[in-house]
Amino acid sequence: MWKHCLNLIICTCIPAFLLAQQKLTGKITDAKKHPLPGVNIYIKGTYDGATTAADGSFSFTTTATGAQVISASLIGYKTLEQPTTISGPLQLNLTLKEAINELKVVTISAGSFEASNDRKNTVLKPLDIVTTAGATADIVNALKTLPGAQQTNDREGLFVRGGTGYETQIFIDGLLVRNPFYTSLPDLPGRGRFSPFLFKGTTFSSGGYSAQYGQGLSSALILESEDLPARSSYSLGASLIGVNGGLDELSKDKKTSYGIEADYTNLAPYFNIARPRQEPTMGPEILGTSANFRHKTSSTGMIKFYGYGNWSRMGFRKNSTEYPGYQEQSDVRNQNIYTNLTYRESLGSGWRLQTGFSFSTNDDKIKIDTIRKTAPANIRNRSELSQLRLMLTKSLGAFSMLRLGGEYQYAAERGAFNNYQANYVDNYTAAFAESDIYFTPQFVGRVGGRMEYSSVLSKVNWAPRASLAYKLNDYSQFSLAYGDYYQKPEPQYLRYQRDLDYMKATHYIASFQRVSMDYTFRVEAFYKKYKDLVKTVPDTSNMGTGYAKGIELFWRDRKTFKNVDYWISYSFLDTKRNYLFYPFEVQPDFAAKHTASLVVKKYIPKITTNIGLTYSYASGRPYYNPNLPESKFMSERTIDFNTLGLSASYLTTVGKAFTVFVLSVTNVFDIKQVYGYRYSTDKLRREEIVPNAPRFLFIGMFMNFGIDNRQDVINNL
Amino acid sequence: MKQFLFLLLTASVAMSARAQSSQYQDAMTKQVALLDDGASYNPQTLQDISNVFERIAATEKTEWLPYYYAAFAQVMTAFVQEDKSKIDPLADRAEANINKADSLKKNSDEIACIKSLVASARIMVDPPSRGAQYGPESGMMIQKAKQLNPENPRVYLLEGQALYFTPEAYGGDKAKARETLQVALQKFAAFKPASNIEPHWGEAQAKQLLNGEAK
Repeated sequence: MWKHCLNLIICTCIPAFLLAQQKLTGKITDAKKHPLPGVNIYIKGTYDGATTAADGSFSFTTTATGAQVISASLIGYKTLEQPTTISGPLQLNLTLKEAINELKVVTISAGSFEASNDRKNTVLKPLDIVTTAGATADIVNALKTLPGAQQTNDREGLFVRGGTGYETQIFIDGLLVRNPFYTSLPDLPGRGRFSPFLFKGTTFSSGGYSAQYGQGLSSALILESEDLPARSSYSLGASLIGVNGGLDELSKDKKTSYGIEADYTNLAPYFNIARPRQEPTMGPEILGTSANFRHKTSSTGMIKFYGYGNWSRMGFRKNSTEYPGYQEQSDVRNQNIYTNLTYRESLGSGWRLQTGFSFSTNDDKIKIDTIRKTAPANIRNRSELSQLRLMLTKSLGAFSMLRLGGEYQYAAERGAFNNYQANYVDNYTAAFAESDIYFTPQFVGRVGGRMEYSSVLSKVNWAPRASLAYKLNDYSQFSLAYGDYYQKPEPQYLRYQRDLDYMKATHYIASFQRVSMDYTFRVEAFYKKYKDLVKTVPDTSNMGTGYAKGIELFWRDRKTFKNVDYWISYSFLDTKRNYLFYPFEVQPDFAAKHTASLVVKKYIPKITTNIGLTYSYASGRPYYNPNLPESKFMSERTIDFNTLGLSASYLTTVGKAFTVFVLSVTNVFDIKQVYGYRYSTDKLRREEIVPNAPRFLFIGMFMNFGIDNRQDVINNL
Repeated sequence: MKQFLFLLLTASVAMSARAQSSQYQDAMTKQVALLDDGASYNPQTLQDISNVFERIAATEKTEWLPYYYAAFAQVMTAFVQEDKSKIDPLADRAEANINKADSLKKNSDEIACIKSLVASARIMVDPPSRGAQYGPESGMMIQKAKQLNPENPRVYLLEGQALYFTPEAYGGDKAKARETLQVALQKFAAFKPASNIEPHWGEAQAKQLLNGEAK
């Protein structure tokens, strides 16, 4: 009996006896046999465990015996659970595999600069896009400091890799924006119409972009609008040239928000003091309004409306080159409305829906008059565009996805020159399909295509697109891209000549980039082949040809100098084309061989002031001198282009409002800039094409009640 | 004899159950004490501590405190981290742990405080770009904690810290920070944690900040 009793005591007290513990030792490494410190290794269901030392080794004791599961976990690695049997001292060597996170997964990057506040390492943040001193709050001006973009400041638009401004298309939430710039007068480029702060993501693609987007031969600027704001706010601003105010109201349940904004700009008083080259006779005056509405329809659904309406007028007078002793007067009145309504929702089982509708209208009234010499020319251009877009995405496995979509656009173009009218209507439909296939998380291929039909051309096109990207490590990756791009000829040719065809460009891009927290390096080489460009001489036709090739560098450093962030970009461009009236393939008058920019931002905490500097250079551009023989066509070059912009902004609080005072100057040293020459018809006289206001001074104040967005204002200058 | 054996058996079972809960108490007490020691606030020690809390959490699946402290130690690791690229992964892990704690203990002011810290940690990665998003998020969590329990001294510590470290031009205010930290100290003096393993950190930080300010 007593013996039984003893057995029982032993049995019931076994846990205590086992305090005679077993020792577990070993080492944990990654797949490449590098030791991993900080790993949490323990026996599941017990507290027994340890954290590995710097050499990956661990040692701990346990009272557990028999079949057990050992767990090893470390941030950034997949948790390992290994069954084992403990019957005595145990020596374990374990290997942890890296977990797949955003940083480890490759994304397609050839040709594109993405700015996003998502956590992944993008080359730029949305704020950076508008960080540029001298960019004067214009997205496009800021993008001109990135590789691939030209410093073509005498015409509106973004000139990319040997392409014209028309070859760049702008999309907001997938929907095309027609007339994104204020209507320009000769030599006066129009600014962008929308505020850069409405967008949480911006992708500037200088080529090789997705089949989702069409009708841009060279480049796509893809803007993604903000969702709900963090809280309600009100803003007020005043400057030498205008005033603005706005409110952004977020509902109590944080599901709905609306905002309205208005701004009024009048440059006349400023031009009274700082005379521009051409004498202003009207304005320039701009009234801008915008409205947005956002509503969360479910945890995954969102409906958004964004729209703006702008009215502008301006007029200038200058001495006529054509008729010496006379003056030329040009006036432009413009009104423009853009609306964009989008809806997105998850449909379950990996499907997502994105759909949108947009209506926009633009009306230009332009009058050009050589006073008391010729009859004035009245030009009226009106365009209306309605578009509908639908896209379905389906996720295939962890990262791969399929995109399917379609677009329909109804465009009415009405042009009038004095009493002569030329109108047309185009029904444009497009369908696209594209798939991102991840062979491994580090290696992705994208293949897809786009098919388009335009009723005014009565032609179908089919544009295949493909890219590959391979990630070498957390920071570095290689990418390749190929694609065909089609675009309708510009309205001014389609109005008069209907039997035209699409213009075509084929892109080949190879790029390498290394993006880490503090440094970014990127190099990209490209080749672009143009076909079917519009020729106007001898007849309007699609006989034009051309090519562009080059190499581009980008370097950004946020660490070397304290509180300083700078980037340098350089583009080498070799391009020739035979289009319009060109007799053969030559470097066109909008393209410079060498373009470089340096952007520096420095924050001085002591005086809460930001200093920004932007320097840009472009080598001289060809210009057309009609006095030269045809063999020397476009053989002369303008002087090199240099400009230095500076800005300083001081942050403070006035009453309850966060306030920023801003001082900014473009072309500080008043360096002479010549974009080209314009000759009189008799070829005897010429005038320089120069900026109308070669140096521009801006002093302003911005107040915000509610959200502190002063950083936005600063980065905007 | 049989009765004796039965007694022995039940006593043994009871003892082992108590051993289990005292194991929890002991382990928690030991680790929480480590967090009370300012010398622990370096990346390595904090990682060790958070690992132990994660081990306890994996075993005691119904207790919110191990998750809470694992998150706290991780977010503190993020704050003492030199390498900015490590902040987000740490914040992600802390967020996962604090969300588990949240599901075990709903509407806790202490949990809201940790969420505020996680948002603040994320700002450090890139203040100009992230301030606008995570600043208000961090502030909202402090306000939520205050609503849930206006007597929680950590609410005022976090509020004071935010005022202290935010540059004046961005709405920071050192004088106001000092006032708020004084309130925190008063609340700390009146604060009695329900047990020695319930959250009670922060008094030393508040004093340190005030002393730093006095200099």
